[in-house]
Amino acid sequence: MSHAPATPLPAVMPAPGGLGTAAKGGGLLLLVVAAVAFPQVFSNPAVTNYGVYALIYVTAATAWNIFSGNSGYIALGQAVFYGSGAYALAVAAKDWNIQGTTAFALIPFAGLVGALIAIPFGLIALRVRRHTFIVITIAIFFIFQLMAFNLWFTGGSSGQTAPFLNGSPVGFNRLFYYIGLGFSVGSIAIAWLIRRSRFGLQLRAIRDDEDRARGLGVRAMRVKLTAFVISGAITAMIGAVWVYYNGQAEPAFAFNPLFDLTLVVMAFLGGYGSISGPVLGALIMEPLYLWVNTQPAFSGSVSDILFGAILLLVVLFLPRGIVPTGGEFITRFRTRGRPAVIPAAAGAGPAATSSTPPVSSGGAR
Amino acid sequence: MGREIAQQVIDGILIGGVYALMAVGLTLIFGVLDIINIAQGVLVILGAYLSYSLFTKAHIDPFIGLAITIPAMFVVGVVIHWAFIRRLRGTERTSMTLLVTYAVALIIEGILYKIYGADNVQISTSYTNKSVHILGGYVGWIYIWGFVMAVAGVVIVYFLLYRTRFGRSVRAIMQDETAARLVGINVNRVAALTFGIGVAVTAAGGMIFGSTNPFNANSGYDLISRLLSIVILGGMGSVGGALAAAVFMLTLEGLVIVWQPTWAVAVYYAALVIVLLVRPTGLFGRKAVRAQ
Repeated sequence: MSHAPATPLPAVMPAPGGLGTAAKGGGLLLLVVAAVAFPQVFSNPAVTNYGVYALIYVTAATAWNIFSGNSGYIALGQAVFYGSGAYALAVAAKDWNIQGTTAFALIPFAGLVGALIAIPFGLIALRVRRHTFIVITIAIFFIFQLMAFNLWFTGGSSGQTAPFLNGSPVGFNRLFYYIGLGFSVGSIAIAWLIRRSRFGLQLRAIRDDEDRARGLGVRAMRVKLTAFVISGAITAMIGAVWVYYNGQAEPAFAFNPLFDLTLVVMAFLGGYGSISGPVLGALIMEPLYLWVNTQPAFSGSVSDILFGAILLLVVLFLPRGIVPTGGEFITRFRTRGRPAVIPAAAGAGPAATSSTPPVSSGGAR
Repeated sequence: MGREIAQQVIDGILIGGVYALMAVGLTLIFGVLDIINIAQGVLVILGAYLSYSLFTKAHIDPFIGLAITIPAMFVVGVVIHWAFIRRLRGTERTSMTLLVTYAVALIIEGILYKIYGADNVQISTSYTNKSVHILGGYVGWIYIWGFVMAVAGVVIVYFLLYRTRFGRSVRAIMQDETAARLVGINVNRVAALTFGIGVAVTAAGGMIFGSTNPFNANSGYDLISRLLSIVILGGMGSVGGALAAAVFMLTLEGLVIVWQPTWAVAVYYAALVIVLLVRPTGLFGRKAVRAQ
């Protein structure tokens, strides 16, 4: 790895795209305006449905990325939080007789449930690394799925019904679209803040070399656990939004192993570790997935085969994702003919998207 | 109650042998290639469907059909290694291979679902439901034959590993891949063969599994979680450990079934989590924490 670079690094590395701040800000503003205007332009519920699901997955993929993208621990147990959040909202609304829009007040409650689950989950799973961590998250996920099927309050295999909300399909979808948009923007903002903070640097130090980070004074367990809990709470809240929108939480769908893989594919497709990567991945994958499922030619399990094939192609041929690869391409294009400062293109592999200099203080050990 | 427990212990030992055979493939692949093959579960189901089709369509007895299905599954394994696993390099390789084998599992599951549908099937020969009275319990002949075959399979793999030149190369790679390369072992070829053998055993395991359980394309998930806990408990890369752990886990599951049928599966997940936390090398693993 690139310990102690010989040449002094520029104080601020150019962003992967190398675009100006003004262009970036303008583009972002345009994107937000387009996102806000979308349900006003397309009022057809069949179309806005795509928007709602895309935003749910933007949030979930961003939440996954806050923990896994920064820390390098690939979690395959996010469905634990998604399902728990969904069940928390449905069960609480039923037990406390909450109906209509008041049920939205339960979304933070679902987030709390997710955070409370994430603490013991993280304390157990984060003691081990790499593939052992992945296997433990899968195992814990299956324990939760089993509980969703069998515990007394979950309603067995038929699951839970969400509180009912009156209104036309158009207004209903529009409402959930804006809720989804709010959560997307919120989670992206959190991801951005974390990335810029000391906490985010500590997380990425753990990703690059955990033992070294500990040696330099990073309290690894505390840092990892905090990120894991934040990620879990956001995922649980969006799970609660999903169940309210969907109207029903069946254990097979609330606790779905495919959900975890979907998030991983989205993140890898867009760009593992960057903020825009998982967002882009979710915006591409989820509408595609929904569309494929409506096509008779792809009925039944063909969509699963397709999904597996996409996962294979992405991991094998585009492991760094669209955003970093595209960014490099733009940089190369803009600096053609001149000696280019390719941002941190060393250290091949998916983890090479760090846009900040290494935290090492001169490589003294 | 006592009789019930005795019955579960006998069943546990017999079925444990079959699981050991399936788990040996997983443990070999991990030992040599540092890969957790998530597709192993669905490959067992593929093996079961192959035997099922040969039996129902061509009326070939499943035990004799193994002469076709084992080489077929060997080829499947070599192809998976050649097409996908071989290409992965770099520091995140183990995590990436996990995702790749998960994807392979999804694709195979989808194809099986497309061909055979969602209905549960079972390989039911004339002798599947015949049983014999042993030690106060009834034991199906299929379990006994399956156990005998599985033990034979494990012994063959053991022989391959410890008595042949190929096995010596395999063990050399397990100890130190770079050193093995330096003394002239063709690591890629050995890895491909190991992957092939690791998958080939699923043909035999799948045949017995399909004769003793109703299954569909979805059954792979349940299997892989069991196999993973067995392999991890036994120590990844250890053939004898897999055998001991399989018998132990299946017996334990049988005992839990007597007491609490719904939660019996949780035994596997719990064992998995506890072992990985307390002793990540497994109970029989000899190496220090590997790739940790």
